[in-house]
Amino acid sequence: MFEIVENFLLGFGLWPWLVTLLTTLLGIVVIMVPLLLSVAYFTYAERKVIGYMQIRIGPNRVGFFGHQLWGLGQPIADAVKLMFKEIIIPNGSDKFLFLIAPILSMAPALAAWAVVPFGSEMVLADIDASLLYVLAITSIGVYGVIIAGWASNSKYAFLGAMRSAAQIVSYEIAMGFALVGVLMAAGSINLGDIVRGQGGEYGILNWYFIPLFPLFVIYFISGVAETNRAPFDVAEGESEIVAGFHVEYSGMTFAVFFLAEYANMILVSMLAALMFLGGWLSPIPADFIPDAVVISQLMGDGIHWLLAKTAIFMFFYLWFRATFPRYRYDQIMRLGWKVFIPLTIIWLLVVGAMIMAGWL
Amino acid sequence: MSFEQILFYLFSTILVLGATAVVTVRNPVHAAMFLVLCFVTTSALWLLLEAEFLAITLVLVYVGAVMVLFLFVVMMLDINIARMRDGFARYLPVGIVVAGVAIGTIVMAIWQTNFGHSDPVARGADYSNTRELGEQLYTTYVYPFELASVVLLVAIVAAIALTLRSRAGTRYQKIEEQVVVKKADRLRIVQVEAEERK
Repeated sequence: MFEIVENFLLGFGLWPWLVTLLTTLLGIVVIMVPLLLSVAYFTYAERKVIGYMQIRIGPNRVGFFGHQLWGLGQPIADAVKLMFKEIIIPNGSDKFLFLIAPILSMAPALAAWAVVPFGSEMVLADIDASLLYVLAITSIGVYGVIIAGWASNSKYAFLGAMRSAAQIVSYEIAMGFALVGVLMAAGSINLGDIVRGQGGEYGILNWYFIPLFPLFVIYFISGVAETNRAPFDVAEGESEIVAGFHVEYSGMTFAVFFLAEYANMILVSMLAALMFLGGWLSPIPADFIPDAVVISQLMGDGIHWLLAKTAIFMFFYLWFRATFPRYRYDQIMRLGWKVFIPLTIIWLLVVGAMIMAGWL
Repeated sequence: MSFEQILFYLFSTILVLGATAVVTVRNPVHAAMFLVLCFVTTSALWLLLEAEFLAITLVLVYVGAVMVLFLFVVMMLDINIARMRDGFARYLPVGIVVAGVAIGTIVMAIWQTNFGHSDPVARGADYSNTRELGEQLYTTYVYPFELASVVLLVAIVAAIALTLRSRAGTRYQKIEEQVVVKKADRLRIVQVEAEERK
């Protein structure tokens, strides 16, 4: 994808390593800027969607240049406000760990995007074990929460951290097992190959969410639990422990936690789209696509399908939050350990049988 | 010096300093975090050796799960450092002997066999580390591998058996009963006469 830029820069007589560095940096910018923008507008969408679900209007005042524009300026105003607020460091807190905790939760949330394929050729780092990489990197994110809870020197924060640590570690197992099903079906742990494995002449009927339906449901629910979102948001259950692990954080340090949470939500949504809903593949079978110029582009494979599928899951996140009451802590643990893990193991056997029978 | 060498020395330095910090810092939470740093840098070194599967698994298992639980426990401990130092002089000779034996074995193993290789061979880009590892584990070493899993299972069962104490008279929820409960079992709808406002 960046070969043109690379050749252009090489034409200036720059050193090859510098060109590689510059193109890689450009790739990172091309991924990060839309990601951070979607994080900002995801918060806006959340407030709007939940607002409408509760028969309110949500934010509608802050706009640009004197126009209200349905409140589209709200995320920008929020960001500016948080940037200029004072960062308060509590007495008796572990200052270094307190400040490094938001970074520890933000960095993995962004680093995981390096291997996400946006199209058959559009991937920054096409490594063999990209699925494992995503699992490993996202599992580091829990440190931010634990360290934040401990370093704050506050009981509420500590309780939130403990809850969230136990919850994330538990649901990681169910999530990992669900992904084992996917890699069994695809015969690869490369995300691009997993998507390509879902291609076929029947379009939507070739995608993995049909043979792996239980794993698909378990993956997404575990993803919601992993990101500490409603109805599994006991890590910050405000009715019990104020705001949980980030109760002592203010200003930008709090905003970074917030950004990490939303970046993770988008990541989980995109991974679900890639692994179960065929990524950038079109749901329409190739035979049905007419041979017209624009229509064949729109109905054929492309990044717009991936983004649309991701948006569906992102909407699910908001829908869940507006619909379900918060789970009790022991019920979360029971669901993870006693329902999801046995279910995934059983379905792995079924997947094995399907592969033996030649259905996959 | 090539770029790989620079990376190797960078990560090695961080690894050695981090490992030293694990045993020297006073705060157990800091020590655990330094151990996490050690695992991450080790994984980077393994990546330089092109052992990407092992490197990623190290992060996934040790950093993502084991150390989280470790940190979980360490945070709840109330460790009195002064009392821990009491026995330092008394246990020092034993400690030195144990450390000496451990270092001796490692040095001997490396000195004599050089890990059984003269020089590691770099494979091509199409060589799949993961596949090779899987083939070895499930063909040549299938019995030791399965045996190890049984040992782990025994450990899990033992850990649960040790902590599972059923006292008489404990009340707990019976989820299966809660799930099958019907509205009529719990709820009674009564028609209340509306009162005239006075």
